[in-house]
Amino acid sequence: METATYKHPASLVPLQTKYCPGCGHGVIHRLITEIIDELGLQGSSIVLNPVGCSIWADLYFGTDSVQPAHGRTPAAATGVKRVLKDHLVVCYQGDGDLAAIGTAEIIHAANRGEKFTTIFVNNAIYGMTGGQMAPTTLIGQKATTAPEGRDPGEAGMGYPIRVCEMLATLEGTRYLARGSVDSPANVRKTKQYIKKAFEAQMRGEGFTLVEILSPCPTNWSMKPNEAVDWMVEAMVPVFPLGEIKNLLATDGVAKAGGVAGTAAGGKK
Amino acid sequence: MPEKVLMKGNEAIAEGALRAGCTAYFGYPITPQSELPAYMAKHMLPRHLTFVQAESEVAAINMVYGAAAAGARAMTSSSSPGVSLKQEGISYLCGADLPCVIVNVQRSGPGLGGISPAQGDYFQATRGGGHGDYYHIVLAPKDVQECADLTFEAFDLADKWRMPVMILADGLIGQMMEGVVLPPARDLASLPAKPWAVGHQGKSGRPFNHVSSINLVPDELEKSVNDRFERYKAIAESEVRSVSTNCDKADLILVGYGTSSRVAGGAMALAKAEGIELGLFRPTTLWPFPYAEIAEFAAKGKKFLCVEMSMGQMVEDVLLGVGMSGVSGDAAPVHFFGRLGGNIPNEDEVLAAAKDVLAGRSKPHRIGFADRSLGSGRNLGSNRSRGQ
Ligand SMILES: Cc1ncc(C[n+]2csc(CCOP(=O)(O)OP(=O)(O)O)c2C)c(N)n1
Ligand code: SF4
Ligand SMILES: [Mg+2]
Repeated sequence: METATYKHPASLVPLQTKYCPGCGHGVIHRLITEIIDELGLQGSSIVLNPVGCSIWADLYFGTDSVQPAHGRTPAAATGVKRVLKDHLVVCYQGDGDLAAIGTAEIIHAANRGEKFTTIFVNNAIYGMTGGQMAPTTLIGQKATTAPEGRDPGEAGMGYPIRVCEMLATLEGTRYLARGSVDSPANVRKTKQYIKKAFEAQMRGEGFTLVEILSPCPTNWSMKPNEAVDWMVEAMVPVFPLGEIKNLLATDGVAKAGGVAGTAAGGKK
Repeated sequence: MPEKVLMKGNEAIAEGALRAGCTAYFGYPITPQSELPAYMAKHMLPRHLTFVQAESEVAAINMVYGAAAAGARAMTSSSSPGVSLKQEGISYLCGADLPCVIVNVQRSGPGLGGISPAQGDYFQATRGGGHGDYYHIVLAPKDVQECADLTFEAFDLADKWRMPVMILADGLIGQMMEGVVLPPARDLASLPAKPWAVGHQGKSGRPFNHVSSINLVPDELEKSVNDRFERYKAIAESEVRSVSTNCDKADLILVGYGTSSRVAGGAMALAKAEGIELGLFRPTTLWPFPYAEIAEFAAKGKKFLCVEMSMGQMVEDVLLGVGMSGVSGDAAPVHFFGRLGGNIPNEDEVLAAAKDVLAGRSKPHRIGFADRSLGSGRNLGSNRSRGQ
């Protein structure tokens, strides 16, 4: 019988993080670093830490890192990966970074089929700047800039953007999955998604992205356990979990051509 | 004898970059520099070098940021409106001490302006056009040969000083064709090592490298900016370049860079034919600016006439240089003649402006708006009616 021993990942620096209690970023860092260890890529991984709460990721990742301007993360990751083709390049982004200020950069990186992996941490809020409305904020969800809740009607605040579904229409995308860190089971599933994406990247298959629903108790004004419940009850119905698009050649579900509009096509 | 080839300035910049070992180019189309990305695409893609037509200038400069962080000799090019978009990225490149080459083939502004040559981006280029305290080297080619040579050298300077180097050309320099002798191509293996770059950490076991411009500790950030300014001081002491012609014999020195220095040179020749001695001073580095050279001329009581394709930007650096000489502004007056909007000054009007200065018919330039004029208050001809 094999026994697995619980260990601190070698690629995760043994530091207490600056993240708030109940924050999802720390769990997600752990998943990424476990996989980097499992794939033996610590010495050839580059993490791009975004502008957002996870700007501190470079303190916690025991890998080389590059910190670009807010939202330009996929453009900088393009530059890094084009030069270091045999490296694992992780483009770590929040919802403001990816789906607001950096929308052009993510869409075009995805469309070019850039061969890095984006880890998209969707906490439905701007964490770092103190709880402003994000492009993924739910309708009715309160934010400092939507004190009565997000109102797509008269206030013209728009609707939550489903990033995976939007990117699925682009032919450069090969693997788009949405996980969540609300429960041990979903944490394990999320880890599988990330691992698939990293392996696909190392095979040079094309653009891969894993969106992860993640709690921000501080800016949701909730206790950590309430935040987890809210994720399950309110976020998951808007952002359905699973593999939104999977055209990976080696994953048994590959479809020739990578056709547009395959949100349903690749879903398991 | 090395072979001379006929090329456009934009192409010579591209070829100079390739020969310097540029392996990563990112750009977005804009007139009057579009030959440059086209040349890069044509010559880089077959050699499996990195060429990306980016979705915007914002993306292009951030791709440069990533490629430079990964240790490549990286470059982007654009023209004025696009270079405005790059300013955020340039600030980050300077804050993270990343080397790269940025080309601005200037056109007229502000706003969309026009697509004809101009020199209205001098302040933006030489004063750190983005946010925060920083400078970077700015080189100004005056012909196609210098397009190739200065771009080639720009990559070495960028690596040496760990900062972006800007090539500040204009639409005329970029578009015109001249014969050029190209520098021999660099062997990539001979390029300087970049121990600070990311990648291949596992091979050497060095500590992890973090490329970043953030520092939330005021004392630390203050120190890092201060240290960078120590480097600026060393650059100002060692990298200033300029060319003076006939300045010893003349009482009046024409000052210009790029296209306007060519026109000033033409005016100098016309003057000579009339028996008037004029000098020509041409800064090749706009940052660091040759203040000491200007100050030396001022100390000898020379007069200056700055010729620019702008409302007067470099002229402020000439005034600063005169100020450093300790001589009063009246003893070494600085005059200005400018055309803009895509108009290029012609030799006759520059000569006429020079004669006005020599005859005491024009007022010296002052910083501010009180006496602002394009030069001597004379009726300026239209470039278009002259068929340029
Ligand atoms: C150009 C620019 N605009 C605005 C900001 C301020 N800012 C910093 S982080 C951030 C939002 C981050 O939110 P998100 O990407 O969702 O990350 P989170 O903190 O929620 O993880 C903003 C607006 C900035 N740093 N730069
Ligand atoms: S503000 Fe939110 S996202 Fe930021 S560290 Fe705290 S819980 Fe995490
Ligand atoms: Mg967020």
